[in-house]
Amino acid sequence: MSSPNRVAAAALATAAAGLLVGGIALAIFWAPEDADQGFSQKIFYIHVPVALTAYAFFGFGAWKALRLLSTRDSRYDLESYTAVHMGVIFGLLTLVTGSIWAKTSWGQWWSWGERQLVLFLVVFLFYSAYFMLRYSTDPGPRRERNSAVFALFGVALIPVSFLAVRIAGTILHPTVFTHDDGVAMPWEMFLAFCICLGGVLALAATFYRVELAGKRIDASLKELREQLA
Amino acid sequence: MTSAEKYVLAAYLVFLAAVLAYLVIIALKVGRLEQELADLARLARERRGG
Repeated sequence: MSSPNRVAAAALATAAAGLLVGGIALAIFWAPEDADQGFSQKIFYIHVPVALTAYAFFGFGAWKALRLLSTRDSRYDLESYTAVHMGVIFGLLTLVTGSIWAKTSWGQWWSWGERQLVLFLVVFLFYSAYFMLRYSTDPGPRRERNSAVFALFGVALIPVSFLAVRIAGTILHPTVFTHDDGVAMPWEMFLAFCICLGGVLALAATFYRVELAGKRIDASLKELREQLA
Repeated sequence: MTSAEKYVLAAYLVFLAAVLAYLVIIALKVGRLEQELADLARLARERRGG
């Protein structure tokens, strides 16, 4: 990792730690309890930012895949792969924290009747299959193109998954951001949520940079080893 | 501690555990890369010397 990148990663990590500690403290001790769900609603402050981060990474991975297909520049392959990798990690966290919230709110770990949950699971499984596709072909331009096309197809599922809760219109998985009369929560809750979202995004960006640097070093070492062999 | 508090704590602990697990994985990866770099540097020195 170059010196400016190290400074950027350190700044992001510091911002992530500060925002997460502050945001979680505000969410637990300062934001009011939800009138309907009570204390269990506090999971919202970690579950939703993690889910939005997963979506962001899948979208970012697709953008990098598009750049690869349009420029044929191999560096976008590693960037797209790293973004999908991060998206799957945050996707798994979304499923686990969501299940815990479902158990305390609905009394069950999972509901197959909820389109939002099932569509998120479909997106997660789709991107999990990305790794099987990637490692079933030899490294090279063909693998890069196949992986890019797969990542691009997956991004089409994101708006469907994101909008599913609005399409479903059920009360189990409530809509809180896009009501006709604005955000459907007190400003204290919204502020705590925004700080937590900033913290999770900063943490994810730090992980992305570190992971990408690690993968680049790995690739360089492999090349060097082949030259020395 | 109420049942809701236990579930909220569990959700936040899952998040914390994931962050810590990632840090451990990265630390192991850095250790492996350092070892590989040291091996390659030794190999390059041997090539130059021999």
